[in-house]
Amino acid sequence: MNMNAQLRWRKFVSNFMLTMTGLCALVAVSVLFFILGYLVYHGGTSINWDFFTKLPAPVGESGGGMANAILGSAKLLLLATCFGVPIGFFGAIYLAEFSSSKIAFVVRYAADLLNGVPSIVIGIFAYGLAVHPFKHFSTYAGGFALGVMMIPITLRSTEEFLLGVPRTLREGAMALGASKWKTIATVIVPAAYRGILTAILLAFARVAGETAPLLFTALGNRFWSNGWNEPTASLPVMIYNYALSPFEDWHRQAWAAGLVLLTLILVINIVARAILSRGISVPRA
Amino acid sequence: MHASVRPAVSVNITPPVTTGAHRETMAPAEMRMSVSRVNFWYGPKQVLFDINLGIATSKVTALIGPSGCGKSTLLRTLDRMHETVRNARLEGEILLDGKNILAQDVTQLRRRVGMVFQRPNPFPKSIFENVAYGLRINGSKLPMPEAVEKSLRHAALWDEVKDHLHKSAYELSGGQQQRLCIARALAVEPEVLLLDEPCSALDPISTAKIEELLVQLKDLCTIVTVTHNMQQAARISDFTAFLLNGQVIEFSPTPQLFTKPTDPRTEAYITGRFG
Repeated sequence: MNMNAQLRWRKFVSNFMLTMTGLCALVAVSVLFFILGYLVYHGGTSINWDFFTKLPAPVGESGGGMANAILGSAKLLLLATCFGVPIGFFGAIYLAEFSSSKIAFVVRYAADLLNGVPSIVIGIFAYGLAVHPFKHFSTYAGGFALGVMMIPITLRSTEEFLLGVPRTLREGAMALGASKWKTIATVIVPAAYRGILTAILLAFARVAGETAPLLFTALGNRFWSNGWNEPTASLPVMIYNYALSPFEDWHRQAWAAGLVLLTLILVINIVARAILSRGISVPRA
Repeated sequence: MHASVRPAVSVNITPPVTTGAHRETMAPAEMRMSVSRVNFWYGPKQVLFDINLGIATSKVTALIGPSGCGKSTLLRTLDRMHETVRNARLEGEILLDGKNILAQDVTQLRRRVGMVFQRPNPFPKSIFENVAYGLRINGSKLPMPEAVEKSLRHAALWDEVKDHLHKSAYELSGGQQQRLCIARALAVEPEVLLLDEPCSALDPISTAKIEELLVQLKDLCTIVTVTHNMQQAARISDFTAFLLNGQVIEFSPTPQLFTKPTDPRTEAYITGRFG
């Protein structure tokens, strides 16, 4: 009798926990779909040809688009990637392949701290370094701020993936007379490139939505930017400004901009993963 | 203790075949490599003690001994792979064709002395690219497909892979992967091929194939193999060195070492009393 009650209780606890863990997993995936649905619901109506091709309408008029912000975001992300990824990547090669463990520890620790620095502080830093001395806001400054944020993410994850390449592959290459650099370039990096590219994508997606570092570096612009050395609009800053505005139409456009940003990141992710799934990967031991 | 080494390895490291009763049955062999007075440390721990050894040209030399006796370490000194380990230190002289390898450019040396490892370690590339790798990094001008085919034929793998050269090397079985690694090492036409327990991760059928292959490869290059399988050493090698606690206890022609060992420790080991 007693045994039976105990057994029933255990079964109850087991089922309860199973349900809870399943629910948590469900919540984790549904948040993304919820956000997507919400964005489509509120912003879907504002997505049209004009949204991608026209400049923002003057205050008080409805319609217009965000072509300048889409192009601006693309330019900022290009700059950020060109600046942040090589530094993170080559830094990681030094850490994983050449440095002493003491130096590696210090650099790793510094990168983790940099990763934890609030993005608004990165913005102030970029302002002090790339805006204030030149006395004007610019696309360069915005790209620099975002690039700084990409460094630690790229560095840490690239290092992890390089260290994950089996030692036997290094030895195999070196035993054939490959120099250290050749071994790295022709065996180690190709063996780790999938992980490295995934990490770069994550860094890219992370900074694509950053607003704070852009507020006082790239600033924003209601028109086409006149060049790399001028302020530029960007999607996150546009969302920020439009969401705070008192106009119903701008709110809808802010939602639409959010939808475009999210879709862009999703598409880039899916395409990159499709490319990555080709080629040969090292099987897990 | 070292006196026991003397009959097999004379002071100026002449081949063991020139000694004793085997003089009539085996022609004196030419030495491809010679190791003399080699001491080796990992940090403060000495793992090789005063090693003297001759590696005869176009023969198979086997290094046997219990785990941890230093046979793999000794093998790795022959292409200076020990230098990839921090705190490793070597004293003594290792000659390849009469020239000290420790004074040579290490990448040049490793092109002449190839190595195959304990576990198959193909690169994450196609079968073709694995074999072509050594040629590519050396900037070889040889026509690539022919060179790759030749190496795969030498490694007795060609017939099994010729129709899917551009598939991933990881799609091969373990034994095939190991033969691919042998083909990869052969592609750069090394003078010496070192093998570090090449069959220890393989099934008996794959092992038999590789053993057969090694005997055939003698014409192509000099072979040094580490094994803790004594039957394997007896089957494939011409000379065998027995190592114990970092010392060469006995170095003789293989039939002699297995039938008439001069040192009681060798006898104890090959009769299975320890190890």
